[in-house]
Amino acid sequence: MAELVLDGVTKRYPDGALAVYRMNLEVGDGEFVILVGPSGCGKTTTLNMIAGLEDITDGELRIDGEVVNDKAPKDRDIAMVFQNYALYPHLTVRDNLAFPLTLAKASPDVIREKVEGAARVLELTEHLERKPSQLSGGQRQRVAMGRAIVRDPKAFLMDEPLSNLDAKLRMQMRTQLSRIQKRLDATTVYVTHDQTEAMTLGDRVVVMRAGHVQQIGTPRELYDSPTNFFVAGFIGSPAMNFLPATIETDRLRTPIGDVRLTDAQRSALESRDVGREVVAGLRPEAFEDAALVDASRAPGGTFTATVDILESTGPDVHAYLELEDARGGQALLEAQGAEHDGNAADFRSRNQVVVRLDPETQAREGHPLKVWFDPRKLYIFDPRSTENLVA
Amino acid sequence: MAISSRQKAGWSALNVLVILWALFPVWWIVALSFKAPADIGTDGGSPWPTDWTLQNYAAIFTTTDFIRALVNSIGIAAIATAIAVVLATMAAYAITRLRFPGKRALIGLSLLIAMFPQISLVSPLFDIERGIGIFDTWIGLIVPYTTFSLPLAIYILSAFFREIPWELEKAAKMDGATPFQAFRRVIAPLAAPAIVTTAILVFIFCWNDFLFAISLTSTPRARTAPAAIAFFTGSSQFEQPIGSIAAAAVVITIPIVIFVLFFQRRIISGLTSGAVKG
Repeated sequence: MAELVLDGVTKRYPDGALAVYRMNLEVGDGEFVILVGPSGCGKTTTLNMIAGLEDITDGELRIDGEVVNDKAPKDRDIAMVFQNYALYPHLTVRDNLAFPLTLAKASPDVIREKVEGAARVLELTEHLERKPSQLSGGQRQRVAMGRAIVRDPKAFLMDEPLSNLDAKLRMQMRTQLSRIQKRLDATTVYVTHDQTEAMTLGDRVVVMRAGHVQQIGTPRELYDSPTNFFVAGFIGSPAMNFLPATIETDRLRTPIGDVRLTDAQRSALESRDVGREVVAGLRPEAFEDAALVDASRAPGGTFTATVDILESTGPDVHAYLELEDARGGQALLEAQGAEHDGNAADFRSRNQVVVRLDPETQAREGHPLKVWFDPRKLYIFDPRSTENLVA
Repeated sequence: MAISSRQKAGWSALNVLVILWALFPVWWIVALSFKAPADIGTDGGSPWPTDWTLQNYAAIFTTTDFIRALVNSIGIAAIATAIAVVLATMAAYAITRLRFPGKRALIGLSLLIAMFPQISLVSPLFDIERGIGIFDTWIGLIVPYTTFSLPLAIYILSAFFREIPWELEKAAKMDGATPFQAFRRVIAPLAAPAIVTTAILVFIFCWNDFLFAISLTSTPRARTAPAAIAFFTGSSQFEQPIGSIAAAAVVITIPIVIFVLFFQRRIISGLTSGAVKG
């Protein structure tokens, strides 16, 4: 296994379109790094550049300290798992798994041993003599994985390997994949648009948007301290609520009421040159049905709003609340492009807030509900630069 | 929608009529080939031979001319097919997979060749081939056959290559294959049904050609079967070689019939199923 370094890697297509801009990333030996972002953000292009399937316009790609920009894919010793598996339909599972070894001119004994070893790990032993067309989706996916692991490459690249599976199988494969990755201690770069996969699988996650890296960090860091409003809106489901807000000395005026700023928040704001108009962000998890909160032990704000829609997921209830006094915020947020790329509050109208409630809640659709929120979990963003001001 | 038995009977009758209409000339020539030379023209054109005989077949195989022509036909068609299929496979692959300057021009040019009336090229080809000394040789026929069958071959194959998921090649590259290995070990086996189909069509085109065969040959050296038949003579100047012509026509039809039956059975799709999810 090896260390991968992207040093200012840029991809510009001949027609001038910029796919990836000055990407810096270091993937440590054995590390599992996830590239995540909406479609068209450059994550697959980045993966293809690491693989050698696309040329690097500018910058350096190093594997174990060696610059490999101009090396052909076969000389980089990297394995890749494709979204649609890309199994060779005319070969049996055994021959599919053996293909990279045959090309590397391994001896038949070594090939048999390695293929059968991989088949055991992936529970494919009984399917070795079958053709890919006779396998189920999950089995095909495992063959694709197997083809990557048989030859002990320096690194694995995975391009949305689970996106073609149904929800239940995807969960299973996700844990299996995580187990295999740990067992092989394999340096892995994994592309997905699914933030759940990103959060659960990765040691570190790279959030990308329109070719630019937005933030690199552990799943926890991305969730707790997003650097800007794009990351804040992208990570977390349902997405974070954004509200227009005004700073009034020590308080923040928002459509859900005034919030007293903590000292830390105030000093963070003072150290920056921001106007009075800001954007407040609150995750759905920061809310609760006020009737279920012991106000003496959990100080916080409350507001009342009409419940538009209730969605029960079992452990939680998501309530979509209509705010009356939120006009003006829309234009502000839209101007910042928060609506783009299907991120943030994509399907929510701008005066709506999503809250995650305990299933005990008595909320009913069409009725007003008193909601409590935790002001310590408030994020404040600069509406111009979209940066998180209090991270 | 239910079809009444009357409608069904009507359609069946129509189908039988169409088949009879299409097959009657074929039967006529087959019947003719089995008639004794003396009966031809004296039995009132009966569609059924009064005496079945293999005399005509024996006659065409006793002279060396027809056998020679068959050998020419098979050899020229096979070589032209091989060249055309190899070139077309590579060209079609390039057209579907690679970005290169002049790609559109190349496709346009190959279509242009296909649209050119062949008869308009016969005289220039005749002059050129005489000038460079390949007139009345195998090469003299292989070259135009290859040229004129390439557009069709490229067209069929590129349509097929487009169906092969590009990921397979990327996967092969990632597995350590050179571009040529990826082509030979992954793409070519997958394209095999299309390559066979193309080969059969090209072979039939070469085999059936009469125009070039009659214009670009002058001796039995390179004359192919369809052209050779036109030079059949009776055993005396008072006898028409009708029986021999009929027998030869039946003989050269047989490979085509076999090929067409074979071609029908080829299932072009199906082989790629399972490569990707779908």
